[in-house]
Amino acid sequence: MNAVALFTTCLVDTLSPGVGRATVRILEAAGFGVDVPAAQSCCGQPAVNSGEPRAAAVLARHFVEVFEPYEAVVAPSGSCVAMVHHWYGQILEGTWRDRAAAVATRTHEVAGFLVERAGVSDVGARLATTVTVHDACHGLRLLGVKSAPRRLLEAAGATVVEMAEPEVCCGFGGTFAAAHGEISAPLADDKLAQAGVTGADWLVAGDTGCLLHLEGRRRRSGVGPPAVHFVELLATGLPGSGPEPGPGPGAG
Amino acid sequence: MASLSERARAAVADDQLQEALGSLTGVLRRLTRAATDDPRVAERRERAAAVRRETLADLPGWLDRLERTLRAQGTTVHRAGTADDVRKIVLGIAQAEGVELVVKGKSMATEEVHLNPALEAAGIEVVETDLGEYIVQLAGETPSHIVGPALHKRLPEITALFSRVVGRDLPEDAEVLCAVARQVLREKFFSAGMGITGANFVAADTGTVVLVTNEGNGRMCSTLPRIHVVVMPVEKVIPRLADIADLVPVLTRWATGQALTTYVTMITGPRGHGDVDGPEQLHVVFLDGGRLRLTGTAYADMLACIRCGACLNVCPVYRKIGGHAYDAVYSGPMGAVLTPLLSGGREGRDLPGASSLCGACTDACPVHIPLADHLVRLRADLRPRRRRVVWGAWARLWARPRGYRGSTRWAGRLARLFARHRASAATPGADGWAASVPGAGGWAGARDVPLPAQEAFRDWWVRRGGAP
Repeated sequence: MNAVALFTTCLVDTLSPGVGRATVRILEAAGFGVDVPAAQSCCGQPAVNSGEPRAAAVLARHFVEVFEPYEAVVAPSGSCVAMVHHWYGQILEGTWRDRAAAVATRTHEVAGFLVERAGVSDVGARLATTVTVHDACHGLRLLGVKSAPRRLLEAAGATVVEMAEPEVCCGFGGTFAAAHGEISAPLADDKLAQAGVTGADWLVAGDTGCLLHLEGRRRRSGVGPPAVHFVELLATGLPGSGPEPGPGPGAG
Repeated sequence: MASLSERARAAVADDQLQEALGSLTGVLRRLTRAATDDPRVAERRERAAAVRRETLADLPGWLDRLERTLRAQGTTVHRAGTADDVRKIVLGIAQAEGVELVVKGKSMATEEVHLNPALEAAGIEVVETDLGEYIVQLAGETPSHIVGPALHKRLPEITALFSRVVGRDLPEDAEVLCAVARQVLREKFFSAGMGITGANFVAADTGTVVLVTNEGNGRMCSTLPRIHVVVMPVEKVIPRLADIADLVPVLTRWATGQALTTYVTMITGPRGHGDVDGPEQLHVVFLDGGRLRLTGTAYADMLACIRCGACLNVCPVYRKIGGHAYDAVYSGPMGAVLTPLLSGGREGRDLPGASSLCGACTDACPVHIPLADHLVRLRADLRPRRRRVVWGAWARLWARPRGYRGSTRWAGRLARLFARHRASAATPGADGWAASVPGAGGWAGARDVPLPAQEAFRDWWVRRGGAP
């Protein structure tokens, strides 16, 4: 059995553990053995985006050390994987930069890993539901993740309906969401309204930051379908699964 | 002065503005998407990006070459280090020549140096002749978009402005309003003593000033008045006139979706012996304005910008708040990068933070300026020093497994303990959400707050039998 290392990401670990559990189940259903390196924490993206590249480099070096031994690293987040691919080379120097580049070639967003690298679209899940997909920005633009989540969902029998502008930012943007709520929240409203118009049961995406922002806004405004990670939805369709996911973090 | 957040909030609440932004940026996105996806322009785009970098590799050298070419043709070259220098130079020419009326073509460079107020303060009448600029001037405003200056204006407002000019009520009809503008502006073209334009490109080998317009007003400004002044930011120089075969179509396709604009005006020197038209005097003012010091820095490729406006049209923040909320001459992603850079960090310090870093701007840029990366770099270069200690301590804590586990556990406990729930919640927190949590600040202002889970993923993993 092929083994992959799961990079949980700090947001999933602490706020949306259900996404982590679902990722483990989906990877196992696809035939992979999963290891969760115990020393992992955060990719460092919050620091880079806050203008603190030196602090981010501390966590980047930590990430490289933790995941270097593994053949493949998979994360349920396009944004955190894009951090490794796009920014590590810019904030690290010397041999660290080379080591990071090597790890980056083996670090994958989960949908892209399954569909494009492993060639698995049908993970054995069965879903009778309608979803609309938000293309979270960093996965889309820095990693090219576009069709992979749709193919996973469609292979499970879900109906994918497209919203008007699936590639427009939902307004999360990390610290931007808190610093500029007056811009961030209306962007979430647009996204939720577009998702609502499709009549989809779920608004799915591949990044927990975006999802917590969208779901948190939906709980405030009452507009749009619940926002969930596509792995979490997929996992509910695996044989022997319990009820549908509670949207958002769940009680743990 | 209202803060960026206050200006943004006002913009979001302005229904007229929201309608204008939604429809016009939408039209521009649709038009430019088709024109830029055309496979025939892919090569031109790469060549355009390469030629911009060729220029930047030796900007002072190309400027020297251009100056020699221009002088040899009888054009007067002025070098302006600052905005104030430009104002003094242009005012000096106008006063020496007894100019009373100036007609202007669309020029962001003259907006940047605030030229109009300086000329008007000296008693000179200044008339903007680009339709959008004219509307903005009548309204006493500034451009809200580098390509469509009056993008924020709706037809009823424009009708009211033009009705005031002609002293009678005009119908809300774009055709009628354009005819009125044409009539009013034509008289100005014929009586102006000076025309002022910007430049889209200026070729070092031939000294040709290239103006890309749709209304033909640039051609009127540069040929009818006795004196033509070109205000040219230094990065507008290009090595060869032949380069516009790539640069102009790339500019027009990314700006408005046109294969070519209605007019492309090329001006080489003042009126010569036997020429039937053209100005007696041609002045070209090189504007540095903080640009030359960017060469050789990590931000140098910002000078490759050709001012197409594509990054504004795709930016979710620009689409939501419009140009004026930036409170800067240049808005949108390019403005958020350029404003602090050109001012040496004195202006627009808060602009790089007002981005979700979605990267749509970087993708849209025809000459491959990594705008989103520059926004991130500027956050680092403009950040307050005291924060560095806090972030450094956080990073070191989280680079140790025990530090990460311990801190997230304690933060989770505290968040769950002090979470505030709505009175209507049946079992507060049971669904994993709260109305607010101490420290959630701006997040909780707009959204419910996810509570840290009782059992973190990693605790579940250990319970399931994984390595701790």
